[in-house]
Amino acid sequence: MVGLNHYLVLSTILFCIGIFGVLTRRNAIGILMSIELMFNAVNINFVAFSKFVTPTDFVGQIFAIFVITIAAAEATVGLAIVLLIYRNFKGINVDNINIMKW
Amino acid sequence: MVVSLKNIFHCALFLVLCFFGIAGVYILLSAEFLAAVQVLIYVGAITILMIFAIMLTAKLYNAKIRQSNEQIFPGLIIVAALLVATIFTLSRTAWKLSYEVAEVQSTVGIGKLLLTKYVLPFEVVSVVLLTALIGAIIIARRE
Repeated sequence: MVGLNHYLVLSTILFCIGIFGVLTRRNAIGILMSIELMFNAVNINFVAFSKFVTPTDFVGQIFAIFVITIAAAEATVGLAIVLLIYRNFKGINVDNINIMKW
Repeated sequence: MVVSLKNIFHCALFLVLCFFGIAGVYILLSAEFLAAVQVLIYVGAITILMIFAIMLTAKLYNAKIRQSNEQIFPGLIIVAALLVATIFTLSRTAWKLSYEVAEVQSTVGIGKLLLTKYVLPFEVVSVVLLTALIGAIIIARRE
């Protein structure tokens, strides 16, 4: 029987992979993909708690829907910014983008 | 795979695979509506958006460019520490489990709740989506 802890461990592993991607990627699109992985880990957590702790109302699943919506908005705006950066810097490696450092 | 491959395009394809797997997890958790939403939005929309962005920023997805920076080993250490700490904590926590069975299907329940109790966040989220859409167009527009 797959219990709550299995889902939590799965989402922890997924979240850590996402954090690792955010820390080590040089490509801005890769960083956005890692952020999507982290959103998915959080969603697994929400749905797992909704199934195992409050199975009669669907609050966790509704919150997961809101998270998916915000993730879509974030991906849109993030990719627009990436395109703008590409146009200005002729590249999207984030370690070349340092005009806000002093 | 998503975070370690050299070719960013292959990463996007593995991201699709990962999203399908997560949709399977939702089905296992008896959240069929969320599984459908996951496939539609993540696989159908977000990944296509990513692939569009990769194509538009072409010449970068040849495999010769080093894709990761020099923070790999500190990153690995930090992430491993976080993983161990989190799993240790959640294996020692006693959750208040409940074994009742929902009397309605998850899609029915979500639909009813979204249009009664949670109608205000629902509308706010749609406004946020519209704002993001307009903002993305304005940001990416050529002057």
